[in-house]
Amino acid sequence: MAKIHVSTTINGDPTEFLCEPYETMLDVLRNELELTGSKEGCGSGDCGACSITLDGRLVCSCLMLAAEADGHEIGTIEGMANGETLHPLQQKFLEMAALQCGICTPGMLVAAKSLLEQNPDPSETEVRYWLAGNLCRCTGYHNIVKSVLSTAAEMRGAAQ
Amino acid sequence: MTDIQYLVPRTLDEAIGAYAAAGSAARILAGGTDLLVQMRAGAVRPGLIVDIKNIAETTGIEQTADGGFRVGAAVSGAVLYEHPAFGKAWPGVLEALNLIGSTQVQGRASLGGNLCNGSPAGDSVPALVAAGAIANLQGPDGSRTLAVEDVPAGPGRTNLKPGEIVVSFTLPPRPAGSGDAYLRMIPRTEMDIAVVGVGVNLTIANGTCTAARVGLGAVAPTVLRVKDAEKALIGSKLDDAALDAAAAACSAACNPIDDKRGTIAYRTKVAGVLLKRTAGIAADRARGA
Repeated sequence: MAKIHVSTTINGDPTEFLCEPYETMLDVLRNELELTGSKEGCGSGDCGACSITLDGRLVCSCLMLAAEADGHEIGTIEGMANGETLHPLQQKFLEMAALQCGICTPGMLVAAKSLLEQNPDPSETEVRYWLAGNLCRCTGYHNIVKSVLSTAAEMRGAAQ
Repeated sequence: MTDIQYLVPRTLDEAIGAYAAAGSAARILAGGTDLLVQMRAGAVRPGLIVDIKNIAETTGIEQTADGGFRVGAAVSGAVLYEHPAFGKAWPGVLEALNLIGSTQVQGRASLGGNLCNGSPAGDSVPALVAAGAIANLQGPDGSRTLAVEDVPAGPGRTNLKPGEIVVSFTLPPRPAGSGDAYLRMIPRTEMDIAVVGVGVNLTIANGTCTAARVGLGAVAPTVLRVKDAEKALIGSKLDDAALDAAAAACSAACNPIDDKRGTIAYRTKVAGVLLKRTAGIAADRARGA
């Protein structure tokens, strides 16, 4: 069986790859495209470590076939920083110690960025529900939630 | 898994032709939140995957001429949430769909997938049953409709014929004074499978309930429509006696399993409790509160 030829856009760059029909987007990101920021935790959509955006919408890349990316736009953690300049969420996660082992962090950041794009002023409850599909076994979530709220406040201030 | 094929048809006819020709080895891909998990677990090895997200009929949301809605089977929870009118007309259906999984899952999970996965605990199904939603089907022998409650046949099974797919759902127009709601019982606040799920849809005129539909999930091999509960509500003022009778009817309809999420006795009792709470929310919405 011939592989499927996929033309997509990843973090703004036109990208082409070949994949098997059963391969997930996460498989291709990590194994073919060497974009290993997205992590595989569970492989069943429960942990959120593989979070990416598909046409701007937050999804689990483990629950998406790579072939489905054809003609669509993918955003990954690798597209979050602007060159050497970290995204404000990334900077805040470092400052406020919102990570320990780091496995959940790319997914947390991608998910949190997606939240702030939709809702620049989320309540703590809204942050916690939005991130309910991103599991962290180290931090207890406290510093993650604090970082997201603090970044949101900072970004609102900068936008004024 | 090397003999697998992936197809993205642009028309329904193309999708059904390929799906029917491939027989029982074919699977429909909408959001994939169940299918990809089943493939990974080795529970399903499809010979053909038919992705229905490039077809107008399965991905559209439209208001029908009579004031109802037609929602494509593959529309995701996030897309339906963003529709300007749907959630105002059917807040219960929307909240049921939006309860499924995480934000990430909401970006993909669909009403059609939730129904066709055949889980007795699918959250959107009792709400669709309560709404009186009709599933629009199309297969090699043409199109037909089934009431949503007639689609599930048992855990993981449906009454769809070979080669037949759910294209969309039709929700009826809303009379004035109508409201719907869905509640589920889970042991935590988010990201879990219903122990009991109840959908209630009411119409209230001059303080009297003139129409009621009740859908009950996770307490039997399929989601149930509970007509005895509906009868108890219709014609009443939704007073305590009517709600007690409807709750008893829901408990009586239960034929649940014992598992780690809940015992038979617990699920049976909670079915009645949830009926009352859900009916209360639906009634508040019907009254415009």
